[in-house]
Amino acid sequence: MERKEIIIQKIKDKLPGVQFTTAEFRGELSIILNKKDIVNLSSFLKDDPDLAFNFCEDVTAIDWARRNQRFTMVYHIFSMKNKFRLKLKCDVEEEDCNIDSVSSVWKTADWEERETYDMYGIHFNNHPDLRRMYMPEEFEYYPLRKDFPLMGIPGSLPLPKK
Amino acid sequence: MEKVIKENAHSKILDALLADKDITIEDALENEMILNMGPQHPATHGVLRLLLRLDGETIVSCVPELGYLHRGYEKMAENMSYHEFIPHSDRLDYLAPLSNNVAWVLAVEKLIGIEAPPRAQYIRMLICELSRIASHLIAIGSFAMDVGALTVLLWTLREREKILDIWDILCGARFTTSYTRIGGVANDIQPEAIAKAEWFINQFDDNLTECEYLLNNNRIFIGRLEGVGVVSGEDAIQLGITGPTLRGSGIAYDLRRDMPYLFYNDLDFKVITHDGGDCLARYFVRVDECRESAKMVRQILSKMPKGNILFNSPKKVLPDKVEIYTKMEELIHDFMIVNFGINPPVGEIYNAIENPKGELGFYIVSKGEGHPWKCKIRSPSMVNCQGLPHMIKGCMVSDVVAIVGSIDPVMGEADK
Amino acid sequence: MGLEAKLKQDSFFTTTVDAIAAWARKNSVWPMPMGISCCAIEMMAVGGPKYDIARFGSEVMRFTPRQCDLMIVAGTVTYKMAYVVKKIYDQMPDPKWVIAMGACTSSGGMYRSYNVVQGIDQFLPVDVYLAGCPPRPDNLLNALITIQDKIGKTKVRDFQDQPLSEYPVNNKI
Repeated sequence: MERKEIIIQKIKDKLPGVQFTTAEFRGELSIILNKKDIVNLSSFLKDDPDLAFNFCEDVTAIDWARRNQRFTMVYHIFSMKNKFRLKLKCDVEEEDCNIDSVSSVWKTADWEERETYDMYGIHFNNHPDLRRMYMPEEFEYYPLRKDFPLMGIPGSLPLPKK
Repeated sequence: MEKVIKENAHSKILDALLADKDITIEDALENEMILNMGPQHPATHGVLRLLLRLDGETIVSCVPELGYLHRGYEKMAENMSYHEFIPHSDRLDYLAPLSNNVAWVLAVEKLIGIEAPPRAQYIRMLICELSRIASHLIAIGSFAMDVGALTVLLWTLREREKILDIWDILCGARFTTSYTRIGGVANDIQPEAIAKAEWFINQFDDNLTECEYLLNNNRIFIGRLEGVGVVSGEDAIQLGITGPTLRGSGIAYDLRRDMPYLFYNDLDFKVITHDGGDCLARYFVRVDECRESAKMVRQILSKMPKGNILFNSPKKVLPDKVEIYTKMEELIHDFMIVNFGINPPVGEIYNAIENPKGELGFYIVSKGEGHPWKCKIRSPSMVNCQGLPHMIKGCMVSDVVAIVGSIDPVMGEADK
Repeated sequence: MGLEAKLKQDSFFTTTVDAIAAWARKNSVWPMPMGISCCAIEMMAVGGPKYDIARFGSEVMRFTPRQCDLMIVAGTVTYKMAYVVKKIYDQMPDPKWVIAMGACTSSGGMYRSYNVVQGIDQFLPVDVYLAGCPPRPDNLLNALITIQDKIGKTKVRDFQDQPLSEYPVNNKI
């Protein structure tokens, strides 16, 4: 069987409670699931000796700028044993803008989630240290949201006097 | 969430510094000090701020703070076309700019679904390996300077100037070149550039050996670096560290071998690893990688095929300048591509290459328009810096300089 | 220069003293490299063996502001970094000059975005602006020579009775 089918079959067998759909583009497989199952599925994918997704490459979010399901969280994980890359995606609403943190599964996600919080404003539950990453701590806006202008909001970042 | 106002803003980073669950000192007379190794420092390789909590001279915990060079790349990428982002990709890892150009262009080509002709791919491999040598030369030189050996920096800068001369002939700029294009490269490699590259490779080995004579058997160098900043292979994978830092801990993970791109399958090269996980192992990995890259450049120069350097796809690839000025079709295509963008299909890709610092990845989401809907840059330096608190704990203040030098972060990439 | 302070008009003695002082100042300009991003690499190349800045008198690049006269701001200055640059500038003793190296410091460069200061002359007095992204090392040497010419025309009287520049004491860590 191909690696993709192996993964999908295993998830269906071992975790029957997890609802998910799959998509594929240019040879890359993505699994779209519900945001409450993310820690469950991540620890299964990491601990399973055959799948062994031990390397988390990237954690980020997409802002679709629509009313329902405004954000999508995307996790890129990689298995060094099988040399296979996988994407996990979950939708996050704007009103209920939080999701569980996977930093207990992969420590890489610690800073990447802080960066996502800084740029998009998505709050991560059970994160060890959720602070802003790039912008100063007293900055009030979330820069990568689509309603934030490219040139910034005048007066939001003060300059020293001449 | 409570609103963060100016008065309680800075206490958040201090809370992170002072709250360390591993420390169990119950001494009533403990004398601890908070030291700020600020963004402006001769040895922090750019604007990295480290808050250190010291017990005497030993470091108890450390919190790095990034963001002093955050230029807003991801937001800017959402507002400009794919071609316009090529000069911006230069300035990410500014020690090896051609490597970033290749990474961006490979990601966009994967999204569109085209592939550059073989001669362009070989030229891209050549510039990738030369930029690997250039970046490692500065890494070794400034690392040795931080530890105290000042001469090595001047010698490695002299070697690097020769590589910059090659790039000057090739594309007109010493540095921040923007040489690659979607579908190939900007112009064909000139015979003078090839001759100069051959001359450089022939005399590079001896010069590198000269630098090694100063350092490899030096008691002070080895005494300062051995056993300092140890990170085991398992911890490194957990923290997401890639590149020479990971290979210095014994894990043989190299994207050129594991997920091959361009024509690396046809080349014969070894993946260099050293056991030990300390600064000395990372230094040896970098020096040996320079030598491997020199061997690869020799192979590339001997195997370079003939052919054209731009893929033939009028709607996606900018046509040749001579034809734009003389023919009608090419003029129209050039106008459409420059003003409205290349319009890739709806979808998303993630593509990563082996940058000299680690794994540089671009995640592009496209909605079918001329500019990307989202572009995320997975920067190796930021994730490598995440391993700093783990490596620094228990060391002394002067070891911090050596450890930061051995990780070799580049803040333009880490802060995006 | 106590004796000089008493002589306020241009006599033979004061102009000779001026000339000697200006000659000494301009041939030993010690730069303070505020290396932030890509332009810092070209500044390192200027300090390297091919484009040698030591032959112009800038023998050492001291990284401590107390011992420098010239601040070369090399790299993009963001709003967060602006406070740090201003603090370092205030710590430099008079007389001091500033080179804005590259397009990013002169006017924001190719970064029209929310976090980049569009030109450092919004909070620092700049003497020489350099164009280029990054400017070639020869260009930086040209800027240094321009600053040396500017220093050569100064009089000692210009630097006396200067008010202490305001060094902001803030409790930010």
